[in-house]
Parts: sequence; C-alpha cells; structure tokens
Amino acid sequence: MSSRRLLVIGGVTIVALAVIGLVLLRAPRLSSRATPRAAAAPSPTVPPPPGRKIKARLFYVADDGMRLTGVERDIAYGDGATAQAREIIAAQVAPVVEPLVSAVPAGTALRAVFLTEGGEAYVDLSREVVSAHPGGTLNELLTVYTIVNALTVNLPAVTAVQVLVDGKEVETLAGHVDLRQPLAKNLSWVQ
Amino acid sequence: MVGDQEFVGLDDLVAMFQLTLREDALGAITVSYKGKTIVLTPDQALASVSGRLVSLPAPPSRNGRRWLVPEEFISRALALIYDQRLDLRKPSHLLVVGDVRVPRLALRYESVAANAGRLTIDATPRTQSTVTQEGDHLTVKFDADALDAPNPLLPAPPAPSLVTGVRFVDATTLAVDLGPRFAGFRSTSQPTDTTLRLVLDILAQAQTETAAPPTPAQPQPGPPEIPPAFGQGSSLIHTIAVDAGHGGDDEGVRTADGVKEKDLALAIARRVRAIVEARLGLRVLLTRDDDRNVPMDERASLANNNKADLFISLHANGSMRPATSGAAIYCAAFDKDAAQTAAAGGTERLPTFGGGQRDIEMVPWDLAQTRHLAQSEAFAEMLQQQFRDHVPLASRPIDRAPLRVLESANMPAVLIELGYLTNPDQAKLLTGETFQNTAAQAIFDAIVRFRDTLPAGTTR
Repeated sequence: MSSRRLLVIGGVTIVALAVIGLVLLRAPRLSSRATPRAAAAPSPTVPPPPGRKIKARLFYVADDGMRLTGVERDIAYGDGATAQAREIIAAQVAPVVEPLVSAVPAGTALRAVFLTEGGEAYVDLSREVVSAHPGGTLNELLTVYTIVNALTVNLPAVTAVQVLVDGKEVETLAGHVDLRQPLAKNLSWVQ
Repeated sequence: MVGDQEFVGLDDLVAMFQLTLREDALGAITVSYKGKTIVLTPDQALASVSGRLVSLPAPPSRNGRRWLVPEEFISRALALIYDQRLDLRKPSHLLVVGDVRVPRLALRYESVAANAGRLTIDATPRTQSTVTQEGDHLTVKFDADALDAPNPLLPAPPAPSLVTGVRFVDATTLAVDLGPRFAGFRSTSQPTDTTLRLVLDILAQAQTETAAPPTPAQPQPGPPEIPPAFGQGSSLIHTIAVDAGHGGDDEGVRTADGVKEKDLALAIARRVRAIVEARLGLRVLLTRDDDRNVPMDERASLANNNKADLFISLHANGSMRPATSGAAIYCAAFDKDAAQTAAAGGTERLPTFGGGQRDIEMVPWDLAQTRHLAQSEAFAEMLQQQFRDHVPLASRPIDRAPLRVLESANMPAVLIELGYLTNPDQAKLLTGETFQNTAAQAIFDAIVRFRDTLPAGTTR
C-alpha cells in the first residue's frame, strides 16, 4: 500500500469522525430511532460487514479476570449519533470467541439506544443480561463498565450511560452495581 | 433401682422405640428392630447383639410381669441395632435420640479478685454461644436444640458476689443474674478437642477508698488479670450490621456443584455475629438470618434505624475467567457531584418531643454514605491488613464502586467479597469450616482495630 493511499484513507477517516462529532452535538433529545434488534455484530473471527467503517475500542475481560482490556475493532458506520452508538453496542454485546471473553452474558441482545442532549445515553438490553448473568460484584462491574466505556470512550459527546433492561430501569443486574442513574466513564476498570 | 444399679422397663423401651419383644419357652428374651435382634438370657449379664456378645452391668430382672434391664442396655445393646444415634447421659438421666444438638454443660464461678469474678461454662461437644447484656443479667444463648445441664445450674455463690445465680430462660438459653456491683463483662471462647469453654469475666464498679493506703514498702496489689470490659460504657461501637448478601430467589454466584453464594454469605455472617457478640459483647444485627430475599433499601434501613456503627456486607465473587482468585473489599463510589448534592441537603429545624426544636441535618437517602467514605476506606484498609496471611487477597484488594447496598448506609460501610466461587480451588476453600472461621476471625480483628482507632463519636 502506497503512502499516498494511506494518506487518502486517513483523510476519509478524519472526515467521517468530524461528521460523527457534528451529528452528536446536534443529537435531538431522546432521539430514538432504534428498533429492538438482535445483536449481530461481527466477532473477531468474522469479517466485518461491507460498507463504511469506523475504528472503535471495545472492551473484554482481561486475562487475569480482574479488569477489562480494550480491543480496537472495525465497526459499521452509523448515520447519526444514535445509529453510531447502536452499532458500537451491537458489536460490543455480540458473541466472541477465544481468546476474547465478554463480560456481557451470552444471549444478551441490544434492544435500543437513546441519546439525550445532555450527553447521556440509555442502552436498553434484553433480559438475558440479568437472567444469564453469573453474578459476583466484579463480574457485574465489568459487565456494566463494558457498556458504559464502550460508548463514553468511542463517542466523546456521550458522558454517561444508563443500562436499561427490557425497556425498564433496574436497580442492579446481579445485586451489586447501582444502575438507577447514568454512570460516567471509568477507566479504572480497564487495564 | 436395684441396689446401686438403675434399671429400665423393657416394655417401656419397646413402646418408645417400636421394638418387638418375644420370650421363648426356655426363658430367653428376644428384642427385635427392623430385622436385627438382641437376645437376653435371665441370670446372665450378657446380651447377644446380632450375634455379638456385649456385657451388661447386671442381668435382666423380672418384676411381676415386666422385664427390667440395666439402663446401660440402651447404649451398649440397643444403640447397636437402632437406626438413629442413642446417647445415654446417666448423670442427667437424659437419653438423646437422633442427631439433635444437646451439649452437656458444666458451670463454675470463682472470684479472681476483689472486684472481679469469672464464670466458666464448658459445653461438650463444642457448641457456639452468644452473650448479650440485657439489663441486670447476661443472656447466654447456645447454638443447640436443648441443653444438658446440672440441677442446680450453679451453686449459689457466697454473697456479696458479682453473679447472684444462673437460670434457664428457655431450652437453649441461660440467664446470668448480676449483682448490684456489676460494671461490665468480657467473654472469650477457648476450644479444646471436644469442649468449647466460654469464660465470662465480670468486673465490679470501682469502690471508694476508705481504708488507709498501703505503706510504700508493700507491693501494690495488681489489677485482676483480665482485660477491660469491651462494649460497655466508653466503647465507641455499640452496634454492627452484618449483611448476608443475596437470599431467596437471588442466589448470587452458584458453582457447578450447587454451592450458592447466598448460603455461604449467611454462614459467614452468622459466624461473625457469634464471635463479635461473644467476645466483644456488642449488638450484631443480621440483615437476614434465613434464606429470603431482602430488598436493598431494607438492608440499609435496618442498619440506619438501629443506629449501627458499622455496616459489613458479605459476598462471594464471580469471574468470567475461572482462574481469578482472591478476596476484595469494596467501598462505595459516587460521582463528583454527589458529595456536593449531599452537602447541599442543608439542615431543617424540627420540633422535638417534649418541646423545643432541633436542627436536623438532611442527607439524601442514596447519598448517606458520602459522609463516611473516609472511615469506610480506613476500615477497608484494616480488613486488608487482617486478611493478609489468613485470607488470600486479590491483586487489587481494595476498590471503590457504585454499590447499591452501601450508598444508603449512614455509617462506615464496606462490602467484602471473600473469594471467587467461579474458581474451583477457591470454591473448595470458601466452603470449608476452617476458612469460614478464619475469615470471621479476621473480620473480628479488624473491627477491634477499627474500634480502637476511632475518634470519639465519629461513626454517626
């Protein structure tokens, strides 16, 4: 690949990010255009879908199990902030294969994503995030901050994330982490 | 009773244990139970139990139409064919049937100094007990189904005594009546192979000096060699809330072979309660003492409404990686605006009972813990130090997280994850009695350290 071609791809990426930034800043209040859908984002062994892509940092359980580790992935470009957030979370909750281990329980599907003008995101997940959750404070923290950090790290305009389950606010996923309000980015749970 | 030997009617045993009794033409007596037999022969102090001979202290004896057998027949012969444990306690004339916990008690009281006495209660087999002070007496509750105790429990100590008597409250609880000079107590437990010895050191109020002081040449009598009373008077900690995580249909982490976090948490919570109540005489509240679902707010409410000085939530952890291991201690975390919001709650002047007004500090329920974070973290640090060398620690043993159960606790509060049930080695460790006792002891030691380092009046 020539250096000129690299330069062109870099330019396209910068333009794409700028567009995302503009869209995020103008995101309408609770601009939900999401419809319930199963997570079908690619796993690391599956080629990404055709079309425009952005680079995003997704989070998986680190080898020692104590923290998350960030992995850069190609994510489908979303037309607008909400759509982009949805693509990121859909990729984040998608099944993965070894050596990656997801902190999001298997079978969890993304139902919807809402954004507010205040920079808060609401991520509505299917009930499996509770019913299939194996429990434990650390497990629950890693599940929650996988979702929270996936949006706050990749979409700077998102400052906090609240996880909903089946469209409703929940106290916790497994009896520990307070989910009654949006949580801010927290990289102390990332290696 | 015949001579010195005590007998029991064979027909009574037949009725009590559903035995069958047959006497043949030669006079032999056959006692049967579910196909197993005991054969007794008149005039012979022997019994054939399923073909095996055992000796008896006396032969069977006929009294009219009844056959009498030595009471040792129960433990030496009948116990061998019966399908439940039979434990004959001759001194107390007690027969314990089945696996019920009926510890044998032996009590002794002695004065150890002019202003101190010591009550010793030996429980055999080893049986845990909790001691609490209730007005003019101490209550000693045993973790048992009944008690096998002498009558009287304790010979009346010579007056004036710090202990005026010991009596039954119910089948598993004793009351130690205290004299008017009582000032405080300390309890300790000393296990031996088969016995758990409970030692209650009773202290008297200091007496006004009326006698002439001893001459300087004479050695001053030393204080009694017992530690000061804990949990009394000047202690800064009076009540501790211990929260057994999960419960009911919320099982928490579950291992492949069925060990549930909720059961483990409750078992250790009970151990912590027993050791703290027995040794420190403090009040320990469990947010649940059975297998039921307790809402998060109810757990904090119990601690807040009872003005607990410390809140300890007990859990076992889980990880997606089976190798993850080690205990961790969590303190609450709030976003940076929370402390400001809590502080902005302000005060409100409210009328008080009996007249007058009082300023009440208003703190949002969900932010109550913000005022105690420094002490919570100090206690977490003490727990970490006590766990070291006793309880395997995670690579990052102290963390902060927005944990629901801690946020509303209006006192220093921590959540302890004692290890990982998703790690097979740790699961085996955590379910063992040795580990659970060690963990409870480490928590106890941290509580003592925390109490000893607290500035006065700072937990609430």
